[in-house]
Amino acid sequence: MTIQYNPEQPIPMPAIMWDNQGFWEGVKRHELVFQKCKGCGALVHPPRPVCPKCRSVEKEWAPSKGRGKVHSWVTYMESPHPSFKAPYAVVLVEMDEGVRIISNMVDVKPEEIETGMPVEVVFDDISEELTLPKFKKVG
Amino acid sequence: MNNISGKAAIVGIGMSQFSRNSGKTELRASCEVIRDALDDAGLVPLDIDGLVKQTDDASDEHAVTSSMGMDNLTFFGECRWDGAPCAMVLRAAVGVVAGVANYVVVYRAVNGASGVRMIPSMRTSGQMSTADLLQWTFHAPFGHVSEAGRVAMVARRYMHEFGATSKQFGCVTTVCREHGAKNPNGLYYNKPITIEDHQKSQSIVEPLKALDCHEEADCAIALVITTAEKARDLRQKPVYILGAAQTMVPETEEKNTYYRPDIAELAEVRESGKRTFEMAGVGTKDIDVAQLDDSYSPFVPMQLEALGFCGRGEGAAFCEGGDRIRIGGTLPMNTSGGSLGEGYIYGMNHIVEGARQIRGTSPNQVKDAGLSLVATGAGGPASALILGGSR
Repeated sequence: MTIQYNPEQPIPMPAIMWDNQGFWEGVKRHELVFQKCKGCGALVHPPRPVCPKCRSVEKEWAPSKGRGKVHSWVTYMESPHPSFKAPYAVVLVEMDEGVRIISNMVDVKPEEIETGMPVEVVFDDISEELTLPKFKKVG
Repeated sequence: MNNISGKAAIVGIGMSQFSRNSGKTELRASCEVIRDALDDAGLVPLDIDGLVKQTDDASDEHAVTSSMGMDNLTFFGECRWDGAPCAMVLRAAVGVVAGVANYVVVYRAVNGASGVRMIPSMRTSGQMSTADLLQWTFHAPFGHVSEAGRVAMVARRYMHEFGATSKQFGCVTTVCREHGAKNPNGLYYNKPITIEDHQKSQSIVEPLKALDCHEEADCAIALVITTAEKARDLRQKPVYILGAAQTMVPETEEKNTYYRPDIAELAEVRESGKRTFEMAGVGTKDIDVAQLDDSYSPFVPMQLEALGFCGRGEGAAFCEGGDRIRIGGTLPMNTSGGSLGEGYIYGMNHIVEGARQIRGTSPNQVKDAGLSLVATGAGGPASALILGGSR
């Protein structure tokens, strides 16, 4: 695990609202989904109320294959927030479908992360209220 | 588009000492520097009919107006984001050139060190802006919560794509501290560092070290802007606003710009720079001195590329060793010390220093500086100015 929590401090909860709730409903049922425009088929992440390509407001939540590569990453050597125990890494993953997502790795130490490393989504059920999509190294 | 180049000028400057504890409210600090800026220009509060505030600041326009006895306010409003400073000057210039105001004050006062740090509370209600929503919904649950961390993500990608090194970033800090060491108004007067100090400094969030990141500070700054015609009758040599622009592009976020194809380029700086140079009718070779956003050292090489001073991926090599960017170099920059070597007030001090270079009153004066570039807001909504001594 590359991120550990302080059990006495609540983890910042995602603010789930109309425009992004499909993403978090997917995560809850262990499915990584991204906003897909019904007008032009564009994938949009982070979610937006209107498709920036064709301005349609009609959208669906398209399942991702869950595979991607590390586009960049950082290691917090001191914790800026009481919920998280340093050191921990945060990764920016570029999914094979083209969208990017901020997350954590579950199976490698920060110093083992590399740009371009292939990764696959896993789901971390942290509490009854919170499931987060995270990543493990592939191969 | 209308070109307002040379039609407005900075005519008054008020700036407090940088400190870690100002011992005064931000409102009082605002009023003191506004008073100083008016004295500098040879104006009185009743002359002032415009105020431009930064959205996040505590000193609201009406409190300033009431405290200063400004009876004639008719033009006021706010600019937002860390890249506000040059845009605030642009807004003031637009107001005076359009003739809806005569003398406009632009101000910021921040007790960044002694007051509440700029980390928002854990808001989970619907009462948040869309930028907060992105941060708290898709970044914070994963521990991606500090500004340095947000910048480090872009810096790592920039290093990966172009082979930039931490030592090259350190050269930026070293030069800023070298300049700041000669500036008695800053936090780092007589405190230069070496590249070894940079390399030995603590890793905050890799790949950034402590000496890649600004420290919070207390400071207040006010500027007075009026038309070129009125400027000629005032106390100081006018500093003409020859170019000014404010830009953002799709997927601009405040240092969270991860969702567009190329995150190793500062597209907002590129666009604001392009428009600023176009308005001024000059090129990079004409610039004598530059004040760039050095809130985080990697932003400097990235801005050099975005502004066209060097090609893509060449910025870090440009900064290596520091000779090109220090006084006497091909592009002396951050001559007051900037955010890393003078103090942090979101680049307002960069405008003061850009103007001082034109007045000839910098603590590190570039000889015969005729054109001065200022850029604020790297990694988010950005703005820029080109200042000059003649129109």
